[in-house]
Amino acid sequence: MTLTSTITPGGGRARPQPAVHRLRGVSSRDRDWDGVRLHVVTGKGGTGKTTVAAALALALAAEGGKVLLVEVEERHGIAPLFGLDSLSYAEREIAAADNGGTVYALAVDAEAALLEYLEMFYGLRRVGGALRRFGVIDFATTIAPGARDILLTGKVTEAVRRRTPQSARHDGPGPYVYDAVVLDAPPTGRITRFLNVTAEVSGLARVGPVRDHAARVIDVIRSPETVVHFVTLLEEMPVQECVEGIAEARDAGLHVGGILVNMVRPALLEDSVLAAASQGVVDVAALTRGLQAASLPDPSRLAQELSKEIVEHARHMRVAAEARSRLAAAGRPCYDVPFLDDGVDLDGLRRLARELRDQGAV
Amino acid sequence: MNPTPPRTLDVDDLLDNPGTRIVVCCGSGGVGKTTTAAALALRAAERGRHTVVITVDPARRLAQSLGLTELDNTPRPVPGVADSNGGSLHAMMLDMKRTFDETVEAHADPQRAEQILNNPFYQSLSSSFAGTQEYMAMEKLGQLRRSDEWDLIVVDTPPSRSALDFLDAPKRLGRFLDGRLVRFLGTPARGGAFRLLGAGFGLVTGVITKILGTQLLKDVQSFIGAFDAVFGGFQERAEQTYRILQTEGTAFLVVAAPELDALREASYFVARLSAEQMPLAGLVLNRVQQVHADLSAEQGSAAAELLEATGEHPLAAAALRLHAGRVRQRNREQRLRNRFAADHPDVAIAEVPAYPEDVHDLDALRAIGRALAGVSTVP
Ligand SMILES: Nc1ncnc2c1ncn2[C@@H]1O[C@H](COP(=O)(O)OP(=O)(O)OP(=O)(O)O)[C@@H](O)[C@H]1O
Ligand SMILES: Nc1ncnc2c1ncn2[C@@H]1O[C@H](COP(=O)(O)OP(=O)(O)O)[C@@H](O)[C@H]1O
Ligand SMILES: [Mg+2]
Ligand SMILES: [Mg+2]
Repeated sequence: MTLTSTITPGGGRARPQPAVHRLRGVSSRDRDWDGVRLHVVTGKGGTGKTTVAAALALALAAEGGKVLLVEVEERHGIAPLFGLDSLSYAEREIAAADNGGTVYALAVDAEAALLEYLEMFYGLRRVGGALRRFGVIDFATTIAPGARDILLTGKVTEAVRRRTPQSARHDGPGPYVYDAVVLDAPPTGRITRFLNVTAEVSGLARVGPVRDHAARVIDVIRSPETVVHFVTLLEEMPVQECVEGIAEARDAGLHVGGILVNMVRPALLEDSVLAAASQGVVDVAALTRGLQAASLPDPSRLAQELSKEIVEHARHMRVAAEARSRLAAAGRPCYDVPFLDDGVDLDGLRRLARELRDQGAV
Repeated sequence: MNPTPPRTLDVDDLLDNPGTRIVVCCGSGGVGKTTTAAALALRAAERGRHTVVITVDPARRLAQSLGLTELDNTPRPVPGVADSNGGSLHAMMLDMKRTFDETVEAHADPQRAEQILNNPFYQSLSSSFAGTQEYMAMEKLGQLRRSDEWDLIVVDTPPSRSALDFLDAPKRLGRFLDGRLVRFLGTPARGGAFRLLGAGFGLVTGVITKILGTQLLKDVQSFIGAFDAVFGGFQERAEQTYRILQTEGTAFLVVAAPELDALREASYFVARLSAEQMPLAGLVLNRVQQVHADLSAEQGSAAAELLEATGEHPLAAAALRLHAGRVRQRNREQRLRNRFAADHPDVAIAEVPAYPEDVHDLDALRAIGRALAGVSTVP
């Protein structure tokens, strides 16, 4: 009996929607999204959804379990991050995490999902050729409203629900195959429609397997074990989209997770220095003395030039600070994902994963 | 190896040339297409041309300064544009659904038009099908070009993941509407043509009905029935517009951020344009890191370390760290730029600095215009 209720690794309480972000450093293993099994990662295009989703998967796997990272946009973005050529429509192990954890990955494409669905529910095998010839595949996967979304979410939620067969001695369902699933989801502009299968399905078949299929998808998506995280940069348009996206997702009854602030650069200057510099005021004399002490040539001219860079940086940081306060008003926990100077690779992802864990995200 | 510097794009030459009638700004999402389109249009207008800019998704404050307070699909005059050289600037924001509706209305008799506009399948096609936005941007461009009211039309393209979508999506939509499935879904159910299709047909309609439901099938059928009559005109117009893009008077600008992905996308696009014989004016490299002091990253880091070890002069130490980071970033960007230039030696490049604040007012657009023209500016 108890096996069917929300059991999480480590027996943590289900606390999918904390009201406020825990203070950093209070306890690095007090995990904000304990109990969540499907992490949907959205954000404006190009803000780092794929990168952050991959880091999140590594961070979750570092609890020692199995985590599935899924992409649905046919972008083939995951494979290169992990130094692989490509992923196919088959789950495969792509990286080991700390504590014996494993990250698996899957690139879902709508056509394969459709064929799998037809075979599973209608026993239709090898119909792909005929359907393709008549343009039905194209029609169902790109044009028919909502059909593509339900095929993709159907596959993702199936992986969330999947259980290992239980040995004969035990009753009830076996344990979940994946401790968590991370979805590199469509961008903010489409995420609510993508997840809002109910509304879309009403335009599709209202009876039969599709209906049941949709109902199972909805169960998973609406469950408190599913949250939608938003990736943003500290820039105006991404923040605007993020804030609007959160409101829209909430209105649609989805559980909003955290805000993942990506590409954060370290603060090099004190707040008071930044505040003055953003108004164009830099202590050039002090700067000159410092450059002189470092024996740099032509210190007074160099100080003038560097102060221009300081002012630009400070103005940029002011924009970033304004962005932060707009995000704070959204009332969701925020996590910083640092900017990786040397580009993103597996080592970089591991660093981002550690940062997420240090901040108590997972 | 010291790479030859890339060719510099002369934007003023392009904008001032009366033969230039259309400038299309392409590129992957978020790189600054809308900003570049607006800045070019403003510059052209203030240099004396009657210009209109079609924007797709301007940032809210940019839209406001362009006078785009409502989405009404008609060019509106932009307030605050200098007209001392005899030019003018109008701007409009593309409303794809409305453009689609208007095109239907222009091609169908009123009764049929209404039938189409009320069809649920049409409604979802015209508001959410991937590619409709691109198709409608083309349609609007064609309309404005045919009206011949403007010296110069500057077009921003939809925020698709790939710059190529702008060229491919209209065809994809056209192919679907003209495709086999649609043809036979549109055929009256008892028609003789069905028998010729043989056994495949039952399977296909069976699957569609099962997955998508009979209602959708009915909607599609009645949509096709009504749309068929106007569709020929549609297709022909899209092709006409496509041909305009191949004429001398059109110039494509590819906008990219100085990042690997964006430049890779730009490379694909450049190759594609040349395959389609579409005239490329150059690459705009937007948001380039600015460095103001001539001190290498290594020198900067070493000096910062020295100061940090003494614990004195924290301001200078931080300034040097900051500088070193900026130099590294700029060097990375230049490497990417040079690689692009080596792969595409014929493509001229204009660089626009990364300004600390977003671009929302005419002054900021003017600064970008000057940067595009290679007139050096202090932000
Ligand atoms: N923290 C980071 N530090 C440095 N670079 C980053 C970081 N996050 C993302 N990037 C880089 O930014 C670019 C965009 O990232 P990514 O592909 O993850 O974004 P996305 O939101 O998935 O984009 P799309 O909308 O195109 O799917 C990539 O080149 C990536 O390497
Ligand atoms: N050179 C620049 N310096 C600073 N900000 C810029 C620059 N170019 C664009 N931006 C900002 O970047 C964001 C995205 O630009 P936009 O032109 O809307 O991109 P696209 O149309 O390609 O999606 C906007 O907020 C814009 O103000
Ligand atoms: Mg991605
Ligand atoms: Mg745009």
